[in-house]
This record gives sequence, structure tokens and C-alpha cells, in this order.
Amino acid sequence: MKAAHYWHCFVGIQSREWLRFWQQRTRFFSALVRPLLWLAVFAAGFRAVLGVSIIPPYQTYITYETYIAPGLCGMIVLFNSMQGALSMVYDRELGSMRVLLMSPLPRPFLLITKLLSMGLVSIGQVYIFLLVARLFDIEPPTLGYLAVLPALMLTSLMLGALGLLIATWVKQLENFAGVMNFVIFPMFFLSSALYPLWKMQEASPWLYWLCQINPFTHAVEAIRFALYLQWNPAAFGITLAVTLVLASLATAGFRPQRTKILPGVA
Amino acid sequence: MGLIRTLALCAVCSFTAVPAMASLAYVSNEKDNSLSVIDMDTLEVVDTIAVGQRPRGILLSKDNSKLYICASDDDTVQILDLATRTIIDDLPSGEDPEQFALHPNDRHLYIANEDDAIVTVVDIQTKEVLAQTEVGVEPEGMAVSPDGRWAVSSSETTSMLHWINTETFKIEKNIVVGQRPRHVEFSDDNKTAWASAEIGGTVHVIDVDRLSEIKTLDFSIRGVHQDKVQPVGIELTSDGKLAFVALGPANHVAVVDAQSYEILDYLLVGSRVWHLELNEDESQLLTTNGVSGDVSVIDVADRKVIKSIKVGRYPWGVVIAPSP
Repeated sequence: MKAAHYWHCFVGIQSREWLRFWQQRTRFFSALVRPLLWLAVFAAGFRAVLGVSIIPPYQTYITYETYIAPGLCGMIVLFNSMQGALSMVYDRELGSMRVLLMSPLPRPFLLITKLLSMGLVSIGQVYIFLLVARLFDIEPPTLGYLAVLPALMLTSLMLGALGLLIATWVKQLENFAGVMNFVIFPMFFLSSALYPLWKMQEASPWLYWLCQINPFTHAVEAIRFALYLQWNPAAFGITLAVTLVLASLATAGFRPQRTKILPGVA
Repeated sequence: MGLIRTLALCAVCSFTAVPAMASLAYVSNEKDNSLSVIDMDTLEVVDTIAVGQRPRGILLSKDNSKLYICASDDDTVQILDLATRTIIDDLPSGEDPEQFALHPNDRHLYIANEDDAIVTVVDIQTKEVLAQTEVGVEPEGMAVSPDGRWAVSSSETTSMLHWINTETFKIEKNIVVGQRPRHVEFSDDNKTAWASAEIGGTVHVIDVDRLSEIKTLDFSIRGVHQDKVQPVGIELTSDGKLAFVALGPANHVAVVDAQSYEILDYLLVGSRVWHLELNEDESQLLTTNGVSGDVSVIDVADRKVIKSIKVGRYPWGVVIAPSP
């Protein structure tokens, strides 16, 4: 197989993903409306007009809106990844996934490419969200918009791999919504997306530890630090490690037909 | 030939030009009995100097070589040599000095003595008390006009500005302002004086020629209870375009158009923001945040808070001087 084949395949999957995205423009708006609602309504309710105390990477006092913006970037990626996973279940039901997997290229490549292209669509939405967020006075340094790209890519790969892994387990489309509630909400709420972890620690050490072992926390922190041009090796390293583990599990476990991975399921 | 000479001259000029000196900010820490020294290039604390008890008001000698410190609980004004960072002398100050102002002659220091309801005038060179002028109850704010004609003391309980003639040391005019006037600041052109009223929540702009009020400024920050809006420190840009007002427990600094008196912005800083100081080129403004124990740095052009620097406990006053 030549590199050109890989490229051809990459472009193919990529363009299909964008085409799908374009045809589902309402999905795009809903994906944008959700974090903006959080920013404009939820954050307004919790508005810390006297400032959230200084925690890295911030250099001074910030409003609550500023605090949750990176978490909402993570939220966009999280919802998109799970929605992407849903579409993979859907594709699998309709057989179009099998068509894709008929390609002679190695399956892990196909799957990772699929995850990457879903990730790029999410990242496009994150950037639009960040642009709109400027209207809410959330103005990270200009270079931060560039620095955040690797963190966003990694986050979308990690969550995409998680979605793929779940999609492998789920037998039917109908079950998926239920599973999602068990994944999206705990992941989002038990993280540093909405509140600094020291606050969690004050409330309950158990909650704090749950947040700490949640990979989404580290993904959000990687995004937060990168957006403000600071390097957080721990957050980035943990996100990378979890991505590698999830991606290898997901690609190894994926079967085009509904099959059981675990004995007793299916 | 002319061109070569010009070029040569330029080269010489650029070599002999004085390199931009780093400047240092000095912050008095009321509860730590110390001064924090901040490097204005790196925006980091580079030194802490032990001084007298409860240092509050601080100001520079006109040549920037000495720092005068109101050591309130020691009932004295200390003189710190900035080159050696040691206390070299004390001045008589009357009881509990809190704020003071230096006359443009670089000799007469006007000190507000809160407990005794007087203003003490001290000659720095002879260490002699030149006068003690009785003012209203609890004098706090102190300012001398840039032309040296007026010394103004604000008394907290009487809610008045007392205009003291600097030749006779006698009060010539009292102006009633909002409750608990804290601080007075003159514009560089001597035309206006700005006084903050902490409990009144207002800033009063006084026409210096006519000695009458021309404008009362009110502040209101969305989401902050009005009781928390307590103006204290004021800083004016030398071009007369902008005024900054520290709003105390409201944790914000108001940016005011000094010509139209329109409030342009409120900037979030640390808790209980107290006094303000512009750097030499007026590109940055420092605020002392008493309760949170830090100094916030504001970019004046962008109107953005860029950093908050941890200093000692209860930072009170701040001045900026070129590195000695």
C-alpha cells in the first residue's frame, strides 16, 4: 500500500464527515447553542462578579464565564464524540460502515481516520464557539487559539475512541441513548469543567477523587492550560495515555457486525 | 560628507543613550510591617524590606532616591534610602500618620493625624514641625496641588475637604462632600481635584479656581451590591484624559473619561482594592488589594488586568520609581 492510498482514503473519510456535517446543519447549531446556553445562562446564574480566586493557568482574578469556557470546549467535543459514536452504530445497522471497512487498508487506520475526521469537525465547532465567546469577554491570548489545537485534537481522539469502544459494546441503536446518559453526564459533571477541583475537595474528598480519575478532567485542564499558553505535562500526559489505551482497545475490539466482545453480552 | 557625519552622530547617540532603566514598585504591607519590591519588567516580587509598624501611606522624594513611609503604629514617618534599602532617618509626624503629601518644594511634608484631628507640616531638612493645623474629625486623605498653592485634607467623620493655604498654613475653605472622604488627587494642570467618598460611594470633582464642586460621580457594577461600592484610591493620567477609581470591597477599578466624566469600564481586581499607581509611561496601573494580599497589574491601553502578584498581608500603598 502506498502513502497515496492512505491519503486518498483519509481525504475520502474526511470529506464524507464534512459532507454529513453540512447536511446536518441543525446539528451544528444545536452543538453550538448548547455551550452558549451554558455560558450565557448557567454561568450568569453562578456569576462570580467578585472574581474566582487565582488558580493556574490564570494570572489574575477571572469571572466564572472565563473559568468554564475551556470546559465548554471540552463539552462540545464530548457531545460530538458521543454523537459520532451514535452515528457509527447507525452506520453499522445500515451497513455503510461495512462498506467502509471493505477497504483493503488496515482497519485501525480506517477507524483512527474516522475518529480524526469526527474530531476535526468538533474542533471547527470549538473554534466558532471560542469566537462567539469573545462577545462574552472571554479573550485568551491570540496565540492560545493555536496552542489549544493539539489539546483539542487529543481530547477528541480520546473521547472518540471511548465512543467507539461503547459503540462496540452496544447491541442496538435504542440502547445507545441510555448508555450515553451514563457516560456523558458523569463525565461532564465529575470534572473540572464547571468548578475548580479545590471546590470539590471542600465539598467531599470522594467527589474530588472521582473527578481526579476522570480522564475528561485532564482533557479539560490540558485545553485550559494550552489556551492560556501554559504547559501542563500531567494533564497532557494523562490524556495522551488514556487516548492510547482507549484507541487500541477500540480498534482491536471493533467488529463490523454486531458481535460479542465480552462473553455473555449479546 | 554631511550624511556620514549625521550617521556617525546617530551611532554615537545610540551608544550614549541611557538604556531604559527597569523600574521598581514599592508596596507597603500594613499587617506585615514590610515593603514588597516588584520588578516592573518581570512583574515579580524581588525583595521584601522590613520597616516600622503598620506602614500605610508611602511617597517618593522628588529625585526618587528616598521613600517616606507612614509607620502608623510607631507614630513616625520613616525615610528609606532606595539605593541601600535601609531606613536612614525618622521624621516627627504627630500621632498615627496614615496619609501624607509632599509639597513641590521637596521639603514640606503634610501629614494627616487621624486621632488628633490635625494636619502636621514637617520640614524634611530641619525635621522641624512648621505648623499643626486643626481640621475636621479623623483627617485621612492628604494632597498638595502640583503648583504648591493648596494642601487639601479630607476628614472622614466631618465629610469635608479642608483647603489649607500653604503659605499661611491656615484653612481658607471647607467643601462638604460625600460621607467618609478617603483620598484626594489633583490633576497635573492644577485645574481639578478629585475626592473619593467611601461610604457615600461617590467621587467629587472640584474646580480648583472656583473651589466648588463641578461633578459627582456615582458607580454601579452589575451584580455587585451598592453597599460594596466604596471608592478609595484615585489616579489620573497626566494628559487629563483618564481617571481610575479603586472601588474597595467591590473588587473593581472604575475607568472614567476625565473630560466627559463617563464611566468607561469596570475592571476586576483582587479583594478590597485600595490605592493605585501608574508607571512612568502610564502604560500600566498597579492596584493594592488589601484582603487578597496582592497587587493587580492593569494594561492601560487595553483596559485589561494582566496579572495579580502576591505580596505581603494587607498591601496598602504603592509607588513606582526607576531602579536606583
